[in-house]
Amino acid sequence: MRSVAAPVTLFATALLGLGATACGGDATSTKSGNVVVFAASSLTEAFGEIGDAFHAAHPDTNVTFNFAGSGDLVTQISEGAPADVFVSADASNMAKVTDAGLNASSPTAVAGNTFEIIVEPGNPRGITGLADLANPDLIVVVCADTVPCGKGAAAVLAKAGVTVSPASLEDKVKGVVTKVTAGEADAGIVFVTDVRAAGTAAAGVEIPAADNVVSNYSAVITKQAPNGAAAADFIEFVASDAGQAILATYGFLAP
Amino acid sequence: MSRAGGRGTRPPAPVIALAAIAVAFFALPLIGLLWRAPWSSAWRYVSDRTALTALRLSMVCSLWATALSVVFGVPLAWILARVQFAGRGAVRALCTLSMVLPPVVGGVALFYALGRRGLVGQWLYDWFGVQLPFTTAGVVVAQTFVAMPFLVITVEAALRQLDGRAEAASRTLGASRWYTFRRVTLPAIRPALVAGAVLAWARALGEFGATITFAGNFPGTTQTMPLAVYIARETNPEQAIILALLLIAISFAVLVGLRDRWFGRGSSPHDAVLA
Repeated sequence: MRSVAAPVTLFATALLGLGATACGGDATSTKSGNVVVFAASSLTEAFGEIGDAFHAAHPDTNVTFNFAGSGDLVTQISEGAPADVFVSADASNMAKVTDAGLNASSPTAVAGNTFEIIVEPGNPRGITGLADLANPDLIVVVCADTVPCGKGAAAVLAKAGVTVSPASLEDKVKGVVTKVTAGEADAGIVFVTDVRAAGTAAAGVEIPAADNVVSNYSAVITKQAPNGAAAADFIEFVASDAGQAILATYGFLAP
Repeated sequence: MSRAGGRGTRPPAPVIALAAIAVAFFALPLIGLLWRAPWSSAWRYVSDRTALTALRLSMVCSLWATALSVVFGVPLAWILARVQFAGRGAVRALCTLSMVLPPVVGGVALFYALGRRGLVGQWLYDWFGVQLPFTTAGVVVAQTFVAMPFLVITVEAALRQLDGRAEAASRTLGASRWYTFRRVTLPAIRPALVAGAVLAWARALGEFGATITFAGNFPGTTQTMPLAVYIARETNPEQAIILALLLIAISFAVLVGLRDRWFGRGSSPHDAVLA
């Protein structure tokens, strides 16, 4: 068996390699090293910029991001993924983490996001508001009610008293964006920040505040945080004026 | 394994050890699912209407995708194996590209080709009012796109290895090309044809990325089992595990069952494809 030891080790190393690099930071809780942030995918663009600004303010600390749907991040954290910070796009996914006792700090509100109707550039179907989405000739897509954007869409439509027959219940908000920018769907309901991120590939139709709902983004230090001190610094930075100014440029509201 | 059986070679220890690790590598994730499965509520999840609707749709779509793969894939494999023409390598690569393409990218590419604003799709829409996305037909298209290459490469390999003398004899005895193809060539490659069709079916059954990107997700229309599993795991991970195990059980039964049914006698080198 001696002869197989090397290849076996090699294989095991290869399997563990991915995990090992992800938790390769130093285990000591000093205000340096690497802070691993698990953040909702709607924060991808804004947090990219916040990460650079944070690093400029804390040169000894690097930030590594893992962007995914909030629900996926909860699963990864409960399965022991080496996150220092978890940022959820809504209260219900944050509650899953705090209910399971996977947090080391109480949630800090970091941003708010509202909803908007996404349409093709130039709004060729002349959609003016939620009531238009009930038109059976329109192809409307929304998120499934299992993900934050779907919960929001359902709440917005209920508030406006509008019933739509969606052609698809997408598993993530970018799925709705893709269907509209590709020209397959006439309209969808997404976060305001998603319309802005789509640039010229899509246009937005505002939903009045009376019908709109706010999704509350919050952050916690995770219980197993390898670098808890730097995690606290990062959350503080996101909540600071500098962090909020960056989030605002991407369309996020103050918490 | 008696010494008289098999090929008479006893595998060296490193081979046994590495093969055992490979088996464990495939078995462990499955065992993980079985370990986490909420067996007490399994029946409730399986008999759930969403699950049954998704399962039925998966079966219908994957069988259609397999049929289309056979109808178009066998002639394609025959051309690739038997006809010399410039650019044959490029055509073969093109027709198997979807095996290596990330399925989500495949789904987006299908938009640009067959969607409402697509290269061909815009004519389908303007002339016939046909829009493939958000329809069951769209699911079949997405599944066929990713599944057909498995049939093509399996059948092409069989055609290349086929001894051409039987076909030549058939032609010499006055049979037409079409008769020879049906009565001599097809029976000779039958094991590979079945193997390729089963591989294509299995790939279609598990298809996720191209389907959700191109066809969307709606129960009863486009939500196949893999999509139902993916959506369920957000709110009900227990149901997701049970649905995933149901999908695995069906695939496993078909793969093992067909292998015994068609390849049990070990009569052809193409056994290897499913072995």
